[in-house]
Amino acid sequence: MKWLERSGIRAPKSPGSNETLRKSHPTALRLRQSTLCRTPRGLADRIVRAVMLLEVKNLNIEFHDHDRPERAVCGLNLRMEAGEIVGIVGESGSGKSMSALAIAGLLSRKDITKQGEILFEGKDILNCSRSELRKLQGDDIAMIFQEPETSLNPLKKVGWQVEEALRLHTDLTKEGRRARALEVLRKAELQDAEKVYDSYPHHLSGGMRQRVMIAAAMACRPKLLIADEPTTALDVTIQAQIVKLLKKIREEQHTAVLFISHDLSLIRQLCERVLVMQAGHLIEEGAVEEVFRSPGQEYTKKLIGAIPEIPAACETRGKFER
Amino acid sequence: MTELCSVIRCGVICEADYTGSRIEHADVCGTGMKGGDMKYIIKKLTTTAATVLIVSFLVFLAFSVIPGDPALSRLGTQATPEALSALREEMGLNRPLIVRYGDWLISFVRGDMGESYSYHMPVQSMILEKIPITLTLTVMSFLMMALISVPLGIYCAKHRDQFADRFIYTLNQVIMAVPPFFMGLLITWLFGLIFRLFTPGGYISYTKSVSGFLYYLIFPAVAIALPKCAMTAKLLRTSLLDEMKKDYVRTAYSRGNHTNGVLYRHVLKNALIPVVTFMGMALGDMLAGSIIVEQVFKIPGLGRILLTSISNRDYPVVQAVIVLIAAWVIAINCLVDIIYKIVDPRIEE
Repeated sequence: MKWLERSGIRAPKSPGSNETLRKSHPTALRLRQSTLCRTPRGLADRIVRAVMLLEVKNLNIEFHDHDRPERAVCGLNLRMEAGEIVGIVGESGSGKSMSALAIAGLLSRKDITKQGEILFEGKDILNCSRSELRKLQGDDIAMIFQEPETSLNPLKKVGWQVEEALRLHTDLTKEGRRARALEVLRKAELQDAEKVYDSYPHHLSGGMRQRVMIAAAMACRPKLLIADEPTTALDVTIQAQIVKLLKKIREEQHTAVLFISHDLSLIRQLCERVLVMQAGHLIEEGAVEEVFRSPGQEYTKKLIGAIPEIPAACETRGKFER
Repeated sequence: MTELCSVIRCGVICEADYTGSRIEHADVCGTGMKGGDMKYIIKKLTTTAATVLIVSFLVFLAFSVIPGDPALSRLGTQATPEALSALREEMGLNRPLIVRYGDWLISFVRGDMGESYSYHMPVQSMILEKIPITLTLTVMSFLMMALISVPLGIYCAKHRDQFADRFIYTLNQVIMAVPPFFMGLLITWLFGLIFRLFTPGGYISYTKSVSGFLYYLIFPAVAIALPKCAMTAKLLRTSLLDEMKKDYVRTAYSRGNHTNGVLYRHVLKNALIPVVTFMGMALGDMLAGSIIVEQVFKIPGLGRILLTSISNRDYPVVQAVIVLIAAWVIAINCLVDIIYKIVDPRIEE
């Protein structure tokens, strides 16, 4: 085990950590216990990379737009396996969106400093060059945002925008791109994909626009999809549909999803593992059901308590959807 | 006519509303959109024509209300009352205003703009000779403005808050504050007297040499273009920086675009919308600006005719020039609206 740590791969150190890993990272545990760990360094290293899609180590984000620097994120540690679906929950200002933007490589303002490491498949994307980051953005890491109303360019046709990542990252011909764009639009459950392809964003409703955003994000079959409060601006019925869609996409394409929300009930529907953030700190982490059953922090309890419990109404809603 | 009707109807049908996640209407984006465009353009042209008509009536009204008798000014102060009333009758001045306007309008549209009181020659032949000069000057300064200000605005937005941007910003403020005629004086002094690039007060007619004509128009065109150019560059810079803050820019970056890709493929078109409006206004303004600057550079354009006719109370000439300028401004506005429709798909109707 020691060489593994020497090679920079951090294995949990505490005695009970096998137990923690079993819940949170079963694949990593299997790897740890497998004989492969005793094989030469490079191989194990590669395998760990393949399993660990994303590893955020001690991420600190600070704003400098006021006299005193403000800490948005303090020492965030996060690991995601390929195909895993993880939720980050917290109130506004807890640093969850900041973390998401940092992982997507979209925090480039001059008044923000970032420290730590964000390893994507073993490569530090926080401290690498912009051109290296651009190769990953839209190709391996895709992101959807909170405001479907404004996240699409109003002057460009939907098809053009869905195809953009393909244009930037693949050598597909015009016809090939169109075919792929129509395919992802259909996958995002948009009826009349051809019509949507040729329309402008203002022709579409909020829910449809978010589907278009998801389709555009999935165009290059990313390994990681970051969804920053994708349902906050939508009404409840559409919320449930979008969550279902994300779940379906993840199952079909084995895309890891980092789902950020302030709504624990959505995270419960969608995610396997949840991270709770408060004022820039990660305060709790664990399997969703576990956290729901026995929240370790007072803050988490309050968040859970904030979910409106109207079981009868929820069931009716479920029926409507079907 | 039936074609036109079907086009219009098509435009009505294509106003689709996407409310649910299913699209109800059959043709929204294919041929329907073009029908909508056609309808829009026809509507714009109609309102433009109506506006020109109203303006021409107001101009006509103004010239019949202001004191001064055309018959008197033609005959001079020594005219006998009999001769005056005879001439009034002959000129049709005793008829009601609206009839005179109708007559004037019909002959104006036919190309007969009346006869100049002071030169005793048809107004249209006087004006038509001068229009190419003033129009060339206006178009030239507009092209200069567009070709300089757009790259400058983009450059400043890209290098915002750096030295070059600050320098250009300050220079812009200064240039903006200088009126075109004074700019004309400065240019005459700098390029005419110091660098001796042209003879101040010189002019070559386009009938003699087109290249010489264009060369002599460059300097007045710069005088007209520079202040507008500074304004446009500043507006474009601000507009670009505003657009760069919008959410779709973040989306564009998240797909792996580099800054130039985001700027030219996404932001520029959005940022140009307010700039196009301003450029339209500037193009209208430049015609008026060129009338003044022509005086500074001694160019015998529309401006000179207008000014001499005003001081001679030569109303048919003044009236014709004013109507033409108004028509120009209104036509440019119509063009801007049509460009809007092409650039921004959100404009329905």
